[in-house]
Amino acid sequence: MNIRVSCVVNGTPVGAEAEPRTLLVDFLRNTLRLTGTHVGCDTSQCGACVVHVNGRAIKSCSMLAAQAEGAEITTIEGLAAKGGAVGRTGLHPMQAAFRAEHGLQCGFCTPGMIMTAVELVTRNPNPSEAEVRAGLEGNLCRCTGYHNIVKAVLTAAAEMRSSRSAASAESAHV
Amino acid sequence: MYEFEYERPLEISAALKAVDADSAFLAGGMTLLPTMKMRLARRSRLIDLGGLTELRGVRAASGRIEIGAMTPHVEVQDSSEVQLLLPGLARLAAGIGDPLVRNRGTIGGSIANSDPAADYPAAVLGLGATVVTNLREIPGDQFFTGMFATALAPGELITRVSFPLPRRCAYLKFRNPASRYAVVGVMVAETSNGIRVAVTGAGPQVFRVAAFEQALAKHFAPEALQGIKVPSDGLNDDMHGSAAYRASLIGVIAARAVAMVAVPG
Repeated sequence: MNIRVSCVVNGTPVGAEAEPRTLLVDFLRNTLRLTGTHVGCDTSQCGACVVHVNGRAIKSCSMLAAQAEGAEITTIEGLAAKGGAVGRTGLHPMQAAFRAEHGLQCGFCTPGMIMTAVELVTRNPNPSEAEVRAGLEGNLCRCTGYHNIVKAVLTAAAEMRSSRSAASAESAHV
Repeated sequence: MYEFEYERPLEISAALKAVDADSAFLAGGMTLLPTMKMRLARRSRLIDLGGLTELRGVRAASGRIEIGAMTPHVEVQDSSEVQLLLPGLARLAAGIGDPLVRNRGTIGGSIANSDPAADYPAAVLGLGATVVTNLREIPGDQFFTGMFATALAPGELITRVSFPLPRRCAYLKFRNPASRYAVVGVMVAETSNGIRVAVTGAGPQVFRVAAFEQALAKHFAPEALQGIKVPSDGLNDDMHGSAAYRASLIGVIAARAVAMVAVPG
């Protein structure tokens, strides 16, 4: 018997029918057609399916859509609008840094990497390289060897710190 | 996954009413859902505990740390009270799985599963914690009864875990680099009831090492464990390590855990 799942995805309230066994990632991709979130291993190891649920990065292949009832969800599609898009590209600073530092090759792991990295920098605005590597333990990349991904996260963290301090300086003048 | 029914009660009484022999409580789902996806487990009904807010949170009270069963690992890791009063437990929580798992996985789910390589069982046994359920209080020494087996009766629900504060404790694991589960993990604690040493990952269930406890009671220092052999009989023997290798690791990891909290000199 289907159940009704109501939640807020990328700022928009949504409601749809789902089977109790429907995974959140399948609900996002197949029902809501938000295919930026990827299914990599489907065994909760690779992190390609990471989204934010109530502000926390989670593997959406290991959570039921039903468990997201009432939750606020952000996927890669909604990240730029939520996190302060920069420049003419309209990308989130983390997305822009992955692009600038060549933090991807095939790109399959990238949405999950970015969603995990954004939470990492939110929790720890000035991470060391070791902290970035530890923070990305739940995300696998088979192309890059991680080096440029780590560089991208450090670059984005610096960018996010400076835009935050610029914003607080501006509000101090008001 | 096979089909199942789903319920999300908002009160403990409703959760207990909904449970039957063929259903399971769903906590963080970090083990149950993957095993159901692989069809290693099949349940006719899942009772999602995510709506039971009273089962969530960390509280410091009269010489103890009490952790609600539905508290995710990240909240134990981040809790200023746990960091201050029981830093060894905060560190243990910070080493479970990866950040994404720690955002979902819960202490109640972890210990109810009694995975032989999970981290929390070492804390429950090593610190002499009490597992509180809807029916009773189960001493840590009696909670784990075998591989994936506990003293919980069918339909019994863990509500919280109560940790007495030790004088000092440290948890260290030699972890599998892929799964991040413990190949061997050791909790060493000096408690008001003496020294306790609990080992996870090495055997079919978490267990104490009496010979280590006696040696450390005489002299709490890494060198006190030198020359004490842990028998390899019955230890796990798999592609990650032989039983003999694990037996040897127990001494090494225990000594390093002691060194983390031993007073030099």
